[in-house]
Amino acid sequence: MEFLLYFGDVFTPFNFMLLLIGTVGGLILGATPGLSPTMAVALLIPFTFQLEPTQGLILLGAAYTSTVAGGAVSAILLKIPGAPANIATTLDGHTMAQKGKGAQALQLSFLASAVGGIFGVLLLIFLTPLLAKWALAFGPSHLFWLAILGVTIIGSLDSSSVVKGLLSGCIGLWLATIGFDDIMGAQRFIFHSSVSGGINIIPALIGLFAIPQVITMFAKGRTPFDAEVLSVERHPISKAFKEVFSRVRALTIGTITGSIIGLIPGVGGQIAGLVAYDQSRKMSPERDKFGTGHSEGVIAAESANNAMVGPSLVPLLTLSIPGSPTAAVLLGGLLIHGIFPGSDLFDNHPDVAWTFINSMLIGQILMCVFGLYIAGLAARVAQVPNAVMAAVVLGLAVFGSYSVQNSMGDVYIMAALGTGMYFLERFGLSAAPLVLGLILGPIAEANFVQGSMIANATSSIGSYFFTGTLNLLLIAIVVASVGYSIWMELRSRRYITKDDAVAKEEALS
Amino acid sequence: MTDLPRNQHILASGIVAAVGVWVAYVSYTAEPAAAFLFPRIISTVFVLLALWTFGKALLGRTTVGNGLTAEAMKNIAPGLIVALIFVFWAAEALGFYTASTITFFILLSLYDPAPHGKVKTWVKRLIITAGYLAVMYGLFGMLLNVFTPREIFF
Repeated sequence: MEFLLYFGDVFTPFNFMLLLIGTVGGLILGATPGLSPTMAVALLIPFTFQLEPTQGLILLGAAYTSTVAGGAVSAILLKIPGAPANIATTLDGHTMAQKGKGAQALQLSFLASAVGGIFGVLLLIFLTPLLAKWALAFGPSHLFWLAILGVTIIGSLDSSSVVKGLLSGCIGLWLATIGFDDIMGAQRFIFHSSVSGGINIIPALIGLFAIPQVITMFAKGRTPFDAEVLSVERHPISKAFKEVFSRVRALTIGTITGSIIGLIPGVGGQIAGLVAYDQSRKMSPERDKFGTGHSEGVIAAESANNAMVGPSLVPLLTLSIPGSPTAAVLLGGLLIHGIFPGSDLFDNHPDVAWTFINSMLIGQILMCVFGLYIAGLAARVAQVPNAVMAAVVLGLAVFGSYSVQNSMGDVYIMAALGTGMYFLERFGLSAAPLVLGLILGPIAEANFVQGSMIANATSSIGSYFFTGTLNLLLIAIVVASVGYSIWMELRSRRYITKDDAVAKEEALS
Repeated sequence: MTDLPRNQHILASGIVAAVGVWVAYVSYTAEPAAAFLFPRIISTVFVLLALWTFGKALLGRTTVGNGLTAEAMKNIAPGLIVALIFVFWAAEALGFYTASTITFFILLSLYDPAPHGKVKTWVKRLIITAGYLAVMYGLFGMLLNVFTPREIFF
């Protein structure tokens, strides 16, 4: 119950103001199609440079939580999911809005998001210290395999092609080796002066997530906004409360599914929402009503995608292994403030860790309260033309990248990586494993070198890295995740036809 | 065989494979060898996966990635050129705020679906651009005190 000691820190005037700004800003950003939670958090990192670590994390955590929920606004009112996590919400949410139940759908979505989100954060609160203690038993070989596991699992599960997902991860791992090697004192792969100091994570993250989105907006050309914006009528909140808690089955399925999926590195909100929606439909006696504006569909999808948020941070805070692209961006935010997550985070910086987690708990409630009131405004923001959005994101990306080290080199790296990533994505490669490779690369290499030194002094490298229960377990998970994904691909359950691929790419962009 | 753009896939996967081969070559030849131990492991996997992808593209068996249509390229080109000029030249040469504002106005004019022939459209674009400059300068220049290579004008 240590977390209770730090609850007061969330309510200091400045911290609470940041929580409010992050929540309201996140709701509006989340409602904007094309601005994913990962990209929103990446663009916000430079705004935290002037803040204390705790304050910066409160802002980023609030933005992460509320962008996921805010995506429901445009999903319901415009039939455009604000983020991939909200795809399942459009299925019943927009139909409800078409039937004049837009306000009800929004209320249900925010209430379900809050329930799922609070459960997810509670899971984070109670699981993290347990796992952190267990993580103390991890040596260099285990941490090396964990880093490799992080890249392979996201590479194999997040991408439409296992080979291309793993290839993306390899590119990220290679990018992480560019620059000066501190241990051996050698320069590696320095092909341009901009990369002589290595690739800074923050500009890279901004570039990899923001620039492809800017170019995607360019690709749409001069298309006018043609989605019909449905109006929001009045609906008593008390009725929505009753409705949410009377649909216990959908709420439970969504919350539990989202929490479990959140714990699995690399899976993420989009899948959480769709799986919960599908399971809820299969288990409902009213399954025929799904897709026709049924409240259970909205409740299941939204509770799942917010329940995923808290557990997705468990591997990050305990093992320094980000389980999702957004967690990877948050890791970047932590590192820039000199905070190294891992087993000793709760011993060295309990104030930072617990205040951050507590703020996410309070943020869920604020997100629900404000979400209900600013949905109309958020829907209007969602109609901002592509041209304006692209130019604003480009401007923020340049300012944000420059401000990390006041270096134009970082801006060039941001632009080059982002432009390259857009084209690589067109050919099936994926940003998420590349980012994980870039972030986990130094962790993998440092532990590999350290492990090699230990092995040279004690046994052989082979026996150090390939024996022991934990090593074998981690290797087995790496092999199983890759094997499972290959099996799934061979069974043609993936997006292998052009139409399916187009549909998926359009949904994701 | 799939109906995905084969030549585009060959070109893209060929470039990735070439980078992979270069990374592997440097990893296995550069000194001190100990500094390249980890890159050697990565580059071996990198080059194998890249060559596999390239081979599949050559055989026309790529199943993922729709490539780029001619229309998308036509839409992207002007915006991308303006954005790259902004990043690689104008931001430093003209000052961040000036370059950013000019870029914003050009991008808005290029991609705004409103008709170019009406005065009202241009007035609206100028007002939006002025608003953008005010918000960016207020936020970064005054509130957050973010350093830029040059100030608002040069």
